[in-house]
Amino acid sequence: MSDFHHALKIVDELCIGCSKCMNICPTHAIRVRNGKARLMDNRCIDCGECYRICPVSAIIIEQDDFSRIFPFKYRVALVPAVFFAQFPSKYSIGRITQALLELGFTHVFEIENGARLIRQETRKLLAENRDEKPLISTFCPAIVRLVQVKFPALVHHLMLLKPPLDAAAIWFRHHLEQQGASREETGIFYVTQCAAKIAAIKSPAEGEASPISGVINMDEIYNKVSVKLQAAEEDHAQANDKQVTMPGSADVLWSLTTGESSQIPGKRMAIDGVHNVTNFLEKLEQEEHPAFDFLELRACDESCAGGVLTTENRFLTAERMRSRARKCAADESQKQPSAMLYFDHEILPLLTIAEIKPRSMMKLDEDMGEALRKMKMIRQILQMLPMVDCGACGSPGCQALAEDIVQGRAMMENCIFIQRRYEQKGMLKPEVSAEIVKKIWGANKIDNENK
Amino acid sequence: MTFTYEIEGGNFSRAGTASSDIKKALKQLDLDYTIIKRVVVSLYEAEVNIVAHARRGTLTADIDPDRIVMVLDDQGPGIPDIDAAMTAGFSTASSRVREMGFGAGMGLPNIKKNADSLNIQSTVGVGTRLEIVVNF
Ligand SMILES: Nc1ncnc2c1ncn2[C@@H]1O[C@H](COP(=O)(O)OP(=O)(O)O)[C@@H](O)[C@H]1O
Ligand code: SF4
Ligand SMILES: [Mg+2]
Repeated sequence: MSDFHHALKIVDELCIGCSKCMNICPTHAIRVRNGKARLMDNRCIDCGECYRICPVSAIIIEQDDFSRIFPFKYRVALVPAVFFAQFPSKYSIGRITQALLELGFTHVFEIENGARLIRQETRKLLAENRDEKPLISTFCPAIVRLVQVKFPALVHHLMLLKPPLDAAAIWFRHHLEQQGASREETGIFYVTQCAAKIAAIKSPAEGEASPISGVINMDEIYNKVSVKLQAAEEDHAQANDKQVTMPGSADVLWSLTTGESSQIPGKRMAIDGVHNVTNFLEKLEQEEHPAFDFLELRACDESCAGGVLTTENRFLTAERMRSRARKCAADESQKQPSAMLYFDHEILPLLTIAEIKPRSMMKLDEDMGEALRKMKMIRQILQMLPMVDCGACGSPGCQALAEDIVQGRAMMENCIFIQRRYEQKGMLKPEVSAEIVKKIWGANKIDNENK
Repeated sequence: MTFTYEIEGGNFSRAGTASSDIKKALKQLDLDYTIIKRVVVSLYEAEVNIVAHARRGTLTADIDPDRIVMVLDDQGPGIPDIDAAMTAGFSTASSRVREMGFGAGMGLPNIKKNADSLNIQSTVGVGTRLEIVVNF
């Protein structure tokens, strides 16, 4: 199960073991041991909630070094609409594009150009599929993983279609190849706001090569572009001069909440925020005939405008994107036939996802009898635990501790209430209790009196 | 392993609590997901029926390695004609209940469809007892 690749990493040297991440994690993937947060690989869905809450920035998101673009002759920046909306609207898309080119890219291509094809295919899938309804969008990779680990019974509802990112990357490769560029000469670099997308790209399905050569975190490119923008002259650049083609007004909004669902006919719904989505999926599991055809589910609040690597306030970002879409819809000159229409038939077969397997994190044991036995034990243990969910045991709540004990990841005495109880009965010496607490929270939180 | 729950008639906001709890337990066992879905759907419908039609009831769910047996016992009006009640679309639900989104008359037929065995005993004016079995 550890073949889940993760973009989120905890830096031990920086982690102060405060347990904020442990308590916010929607899949209970974090424990505290020896004063450091520990990630359980098979549970993490790379949603980035921990990254957002960490008070000392001890959680990082892996990326490729910017200098990796330079060995390529053709250096494409694949950029989401969310990126352009990081900047005040006085900076035009043309000017931001110009800044990206100045950084060393040879081409800039907006991901939402791929939305047209995905919309068309989603509509087809919806018209065909009766059994799998509601189709759950696979746009957000954190949601795909959430369903795999926590809602395995719903995996067959996941739509087996890749997102606009893949469509755009594959299209642009084709486009450059048409102009004589070889595969080796072309480096496609995805500028991303999203940890989950990085994780997904770095662990492509078996036997598949990702069309993306590397990922660069949006906050880093934001800083680089900001410097260029401040240095630059007046804004004369026209967006259309700098990019091969631009997405239409509906496509621009694809990554925002309702961006997909509003484009799909039938009964559809959009939910953002990983905790909101979790609550809804709990309900969906219970229904005999779900009332929806299509569900757009996104892990981040305000969807990708709230991606972990964004810099701007998510509501401002979303509003800028909406205002851009309105202008774009009003401006006839923007409605040029999209260059994207070429090679649709070559790209289409590459956009299907072969299979998404369940990866239940809840299973107590592969053996049914053993799993039942563990379930009984968890129940007995829970009756002894105080049910205050304080987290002082280093697990995210009493239920999680009970499971950890049964799975051999913790002991009863990790609970500070149990310690007091055992001490009163003379079964545990206070020194031993202190040692146990140190093993969870690190020695310095106990030993150091003037911290 | 046995789980027991009290189910309160008329309390629609709590309807589904027991089935959601049982669902969590089943997800911890290495069961086929289609089986879990069958258990959860049938239990949910039975639970809602107590909320919608009876005064109060209890659920006892027994899980062992090869099956789950769910017994729902309620105090309520009982079902005068069980065959009629089993017909798809048959419902005596009040307009208030329908407004809550329940009362499509598909509950009992859905239980029948999803369970390996369903046994209903009912005494008018006293109550109803459902025994639902799903084999693993
Ligand atoms: N526990 C119960 N107590 C009394 N009547 C019941 C009970 N369960 C079902 N019924 C009767 O059977 C009918 C059909 O039940 P069901 O198929 O679940 O449809 P619905 O609940 O939507 O009406 C109900 O309308 C009601 O008259
Ligand atoms: S909502 Fe967007 S940014 Fe957030 S995890 Fe999903 S795809 Fe990534
Ligand atoms: Mg019913």
